[in-house]
Amino acid sequence: MIPLMSEYRDKTRVDEILTAIRDISRKQVTFMEVCGGHTMAIHKSGIPSLLPSTIKLLSGPGCPVCVTSKYFIDEAAALARMDNTIITTFGDLIRVPGSLTSLSREKADGRDIRMVYSPLDALAAAKENPDKNVIFLGIGFETTAPSSAAAVLEAETLKLDNFYILSAHKVMPPAMSALIDGGVKINGYICPGHVSTITGSRIYKPLVEKYRIGCVVSGFEPLDILQTIFLLVKQCETDTPELENQYTRAVQDNGNRKALSLMNKVFERSDDWWRGLGIIPDSGLQLKKQYIKHDAHRVFEINFEKGPEEEAGCRCGDVLKGTISPPECPLFSRVCTPGNPVGACMVSSEGACAAWFRYSGEAKP
Amino acid sequence: MCLSIPAEIISIEENGRALVSVGGTRYKASLILVDNVKPGDFILLHSGYAIGKIDPERAYETLHLMEGIKRKADDTTHE
Amino acid sequence: MKGIITMDHGSGYGRTSELIESLFLASFSGTGLSDQGDSAILSIGSDHIAFTTDSFVIKPVFFPGGDIGKLAVCGTVNDLAVSGAHPRYLSCGFILEEGLPLEDLERIVASMAQTAQAGGVKIVTGDTKVVEKGSCDKLYINTAGIGTIREEYTHITNAEKVKPGDVIIINGTIAEHGLAVLSFRNSFENSIISDCTPLSGLIEKCLESGADIRFMRDATRGGIAAVLSELAVKTKTGIELFENAIPIRDEVAGLCEMLGFDPLYVANEGKVLMAVSEKEAGKVLSVLHNHPDGKNSSIMGTVTEKHPGSIVLNTSIGGRRIVDIPAGTQLPRIC
Repeated sequence: MIPLMSEYRDKTRVDEILTAIRDISRKQVTFMEVCGGHTMAIHKSGIPSLLPSTIKLLSGPGCPVCVTSKYFIDEAAALARMDNTIITTFGDLIRVPGSLTSLSREKADGRDIRMVYSPLDALAAAKENPDKNVIFLGIGFETTAPSSAAAVLEAETLKLDNFYILSAHKVMPPAMSALIDGGVKINGYICPGHVSTITGSRIYKPLVEKYRIGCVVSGFEPLDILQTIFLLVKQCETDTPELENQYTRAVQDNGNRKALSLMNKVFERSDDWWRGLGIIPDSGLQLKKQYIKHDAHRVFEINFEKGPEEEAGCRCGDVLKGTISPPECPLFSRVCTPGNPVGACMVSSEGACAAWFRYSGEAKP
Repeated sequence: MCLSIPAEIISIEENGRALVSVGGTRYKASLILVDNVKPGDFILLHSGYAIGKIDPERAYETLHLMEGIKRKADDTTHE
Repeated sequence: MKGIITMDHGSGYGRTSELIESLFLASFSGTGLSDQGDSAILSIGSDHIAFTTDSFVIKPVFFPGGDIGKLAVCGTVNDLAVSGAHPRYLSCGFILEEGLPLEDLERIVASMAQTAQAGGVKIVTGDTKVVEKGSCDKLYINTAGIGTIREEYTHITNAEKVKPGDVIIINGTIAEHGLAVLSFRNSFENSIISDCTPLSGLIEKCLESGADIRFMRDATRGGIAAVLSELAVKTKTGIELFENAIPIRDEVAGLCEMLGFDPLYVANEGKVLMAVSEKEAGKVLSVLHNHPDGKNSSIMGTVTEKHPGSIVLNTSIGGRRIVDIPAGTQLPRIC
């Protein structure tokens, strides 16, 4: 049996690496994780309570739910109100407030909104309901976009013309550059492991070269994350920013070529709007022309009402950019809670604010 | 983001699907995004799709990275 | 009140609590309801009785390890038993959907009879209504139950004797009911079965041991986190949990990872949490370990005067984090 999970949670190994980190850490450094999965893993295992005070971790815009426009939800809701339409979505989006409504609210009003674990389930729904439009809400970065692409191609093969995607898929590197261009002060990136499984670790090379910032591709277990932090601290202490790959068991330099080629076959880059960050050139993925008949946005061209995009006082943009920590936002935990999220970062359980709210706080012995 | 979990390939079926085991739970995953996998291999499962293979040798190496890291730590403190 | 009912109002915590506080408690004040225990403890003359009710809606009605009938009896029997009561009599009300196969109903009723016997209760009164096809999903069952309770146990349900230093005991592995049902619904093949079982016998043995049990609650919807969070808030104490001491089967933990669930919030139907004085913990554990439904019992936490109102989990790698109550039911996520 190969080591998969529990081995990377072994306390003895964790203690060893923590000692090694404490031994070499002198400079005050800030690292940013740009993957919500890392945010969750870091808080869930209590890593912040174990690190020396020289190391600060910030959460970047790595939660796809958090960076997706509220109007995406409004548009999905408007599509759900069409006759003979089934909306299929990952559970992540169900509670996310749009500017005027949410999918859970629409579901309570009787719309056919179904939670799925996989785009494969959405395809199955399209097969079973040939008389209905089945729309899959495509969110996520490079990890998830190939699955959506594969679903579109399978729909083509099976001639499922009633299968559509409403795409909010995005790609990571342009946002990582935009953050630094926008003045975010960090000493290294904890790079997203599963995005890199698809893209390969080499996509971060330009970041290292252009900004002289350390980039370490990381796995998701406590030992992975701590090894990554160690490597970044080492780079900072010796002033040698470079690209390293801690997650070698799942990430290669060139990534997963097959998945990339399917993704590029179906999707093309477009400028995209990120909640908190604004428009980032070439950071979105939309369906290519030859697959336009599966593009819910362009086929239905649905009109929908829009409320305000952001609430007054909400500082999600600054949280996503890493310029403040969640508790520094005036709304955090007073007005904005996981039960009543105001901003994007509180909406998803892996959002920076939600993770902070749920897992950190006053956890002193 | 991107919750992906290690799963073992139990058997390969038609239509590019495989029966995989996620810590004991059997699930039908799509293999369309990966090449050259066989029963006994470990893959990363994400939203119903295998998105990559897990390299067993590297998995062991990572666990034992500590020995290497200790050396690195010694190097740094002695600089 | 504005808005409409959404599924989160049925999660068992968060929105459910809001609804209870702002509507039900506000409207039905001046009764035993305000204690919000699992049962109301009532006095008739010098005798004390525990009284409770619960409704059961589950899709599918048959699932690995049980069915809606077994669940309906266990739910009410357990609510009485964890209140320190000796469960005696149950009522049951059926709402049946037009078109339900009689064979299914027969199976469910047989299961109820069997579970009632195992739980030591008699079903003594009932009601049946039929609604048009589409007005309900196969069938809904409501059960209410009464039990007798000795004076010295009446404090158990309201946790008034819980003190810092007490230990938290659980009678076995967590998160099995929720994941068994979810697996069945999603055709995930595994060997996870619901832990649905009447706890009256096990609890009676614990009480008979004479150990100083200061609080009991069965961890159902919302999992062990919901119960402990309520306990922390109510007693104004803190709870320290030890991740390594929380019993969970590998298969369950693995499926939680795949779905992005935290097992602390997943439903159980045969798990009781007890707060016991530290010196009597051994006594309770030995009783539990000798019972078929308590073999995997464990001391998984302690009550502390620090961080009143919150639960802190000591993670397996030695970290610490707060365990909070989510707003609604956990949904499978990919992010």
